[in-house]
Amino acid sequence: MAQMTMIQAITDALRTELKNDENVMIFGEDVGKNGGVFRATEGLQAEFGEDRVFDTPLAESAIGGMAVGLAIEGFRPVPEIQFFGFVYEVMDAISGQLARLRYRSGGTQSAPVTIRAPFGGGVHTPELHADSLEGLMAQQPGLKVVIPSNPYDAKGLLISAIRDNDPVIYLEHMKLYRSFREEVPEEEYTVELGKAAVKREGTDVTLIAYGAMVQASLKAAEELEKNNVSAEVIDLRTVSPIDLDTVLASVKKTGRVVVVQEAQRQAGIAAHLISEIQERAILHLEAPVMRVAAPDTVFAFSQAEEVWLPNHNDIVEKANEVINF
Amino acid sequence: MKRTLEGIEEQFEMLQILNENGEVVNEEALPDLSDEELKELMHRMVYTRILDQRSIALNRQGRLGFYAPTAGQEASQLGTHFALEKEDFILPGYRDVPQLIWHGLPLYQAFLFSRGHFHGNQFPEGVNALSPQIIIGAQYTQAAGVALGMKRRGKKSVAITYTGDGGTSQGDFYEGMNFAGAYDAPAIFIVQNNQFAISVPREKQTKAKTLAQKAVAVGIPGVVVDGMDVLAVYAATKEARERAINGEGPTLIETLTYRYGPHTMAGDDPTRYRTEDMNSEWEKQDPLVRFRKYLEAKGLWSEEEENKVIDQAKEEIKAAIKDADNYPKMKVSDLINNMYEVLPSNLEEQLEVYKEKESK
Repeated sequence: MAQMTMIQAITDALRTELKNDENVMIFGEDVGKNGGVFRATEGLQAEFGEDRVFDTPLAESAIGGMAVGLAIEGFRPVPEIQFFGFVYEVMDAISGQLARLRYRSGGTQSAPVTIRAPFGGGVHTPELHADSLEGLMAQQPGLKVVIPSNPYDAKGLLISAIRDNDPVIYLEHMKLYRSFREEVPEEEYTVELGKAAVKREGTDVTLIAYGAMVQASLKAAEELEKNNVSAEVIDLRTVSPIDLDTVLASVKKTGRVVVVQEAQRQAGIAAHLISEIQERAILHLEAPVMRVAAPDTVFAFSQAEEVWLPNHNDIVEKANEVINF
Repeated sequence: MKRTLEGIEEQFEMLQILNENGEVVNEEALPDLSDEELKELMHRMVYTRILDQRSIALNRQGRLGFYAPTAGQEASQLGTHFALEKEDFILPGYRDVPQLIWHGLPLYQAFLFSRGHFHGNQFPEGVNALSPQIIIGAQYTQAAGVALGMKRRGKKSVAITYTGDGGTSQGDFYEGMNFAGAYDAPAIFIVQNNQFAISVPREKQTKAKTLAQKAVAVGIPGVVVDGMDVLAVYAATKEARERAINGEGPTLIETLTYRYGPHTMAGDDPTRYRTEDMNSEWEKQDPLVRFRKYLEAKGLWSEEEENKVIDQAKEEIKAAIKDADNYPKMKVSDLINNMYEVLPSNLEEQLEVYKEKESK
């Protein structure tokens, strides 16, 4: 086993699938010779050639449209959108086209496309680089939306995403790219899409998170433990579709829930999840299900970023509110 | 230095082979088609005109749904299609149903598409095409992808896509051609310039004098053809196809044409934006009239033959409508089943609900 950062685990997954399936094709802005602005595709063009790993002209809409066309020709495209804030340029190709191909064709066609993109706050980007837009994607039927929180899952989830016969939006939190290393098997393995992970067992309160907020929730759980509060932490890993079985099992155990998201509070994943919890488990709840989220503004300019982003203190505070309700 | 477009726009002179009287005006460009092929082309145009007339009538009787009339555009639609091979892939706009039918889509399925039934889009194996695109321009970027895929597979085939004059204002129009050009992908981009994007006239779309000249910015050839002259349209497309499969990249073809009917049958009133004079000017150039004259002069076509096609079309349309009527009604549960390869739990739950509702 090797120690890998999340970005290394992502490159490893891409290499694995380029080797496994000659229909896998990687393309996007600067992904070729340059290896991507974060080096996610480092060395892949040299290893697999320009027919399979290649740069595109600078136009997100056509990157998405080309993925649709290549999928029709039987390829398994893995395009990169350089930053997910640029997704607005490719919304029709994703939501209007990719997500609907199977449905529109009455099941005679499919779009086995994985769109990778970095997102997430804490790295002081210019505007429209860091926004959490997974809620926008999760509202689109036909897509799956995956957000890894660690190197091990990043590799296994990406391999599953590429092998999936439906379109997957695979979002990589920039803060997690190089923040820590962990053991990642060098051989291939998959982590199932649509399955959450219990990252830490507990009995008093359930913290549900994804992406960078998983690390914040684990840190919050450690803090809470100092005051003899036992927190369970769930990493959703896939935010659409959501693994309700894992969530509800935990809700029934603890009766108290905080849902954490880096995105602004309005609409979004947490709001949806809370609706599901109260519809399905209200009699198990000892307190209202609460949210930790960013304020209802667009992503903060970088000087105010640290305050805008939810952190482990916010989670501890909200968990105590739920416990003392 | 004076900045000018002089010399550039002049390159986009309209290609015409048959004038409106059916006389050959450009012997050199005359395509090499056999008598049988010429007759087949006429057959298809007559058939498609009847299909349009019947579709409009059926729509008025409430027996068809969404329908975008095609009369006037037969030469543009069928001339481009006639230059294709079975293995070529079509990415149509919503008015381009005739090309799908002549590419092998059964007529009753075209009617089901119009009626909003997903079976209309379940193309039989070997019908290499997508269902009609609703978003203006999306098919242009997809065509670049299909064409690049064909190139990577070493196929000797092309992707052909259609939009209208309005579509050339979309970003995707440029992006699709630019991508295909950058990869020398075997794509053919057709613009059926029928002079109006619903009601907005061609001159209000762009300052460019032709739409074909937009190819210059992308670095690919652009051609203007008389879109009422089926031989000119065919010749231009045939040449573009040859270039494409020889690895020379994509071509943009602008066909100058006119739709006689409304934009769609959903309430558009062309008298608000077009004059009778304009209509009759274009009707004088009718693609069927001029091609008929050409064939009659060659002794290849007669009223009898035309009537035979008309009768055949009417009969087949009648049978196809019957097939469409008899096809089982679409269910919400069918749609739920087509959302993903494997249904996630939310849709599994919802599928049960709709199966229950639909069993009553």
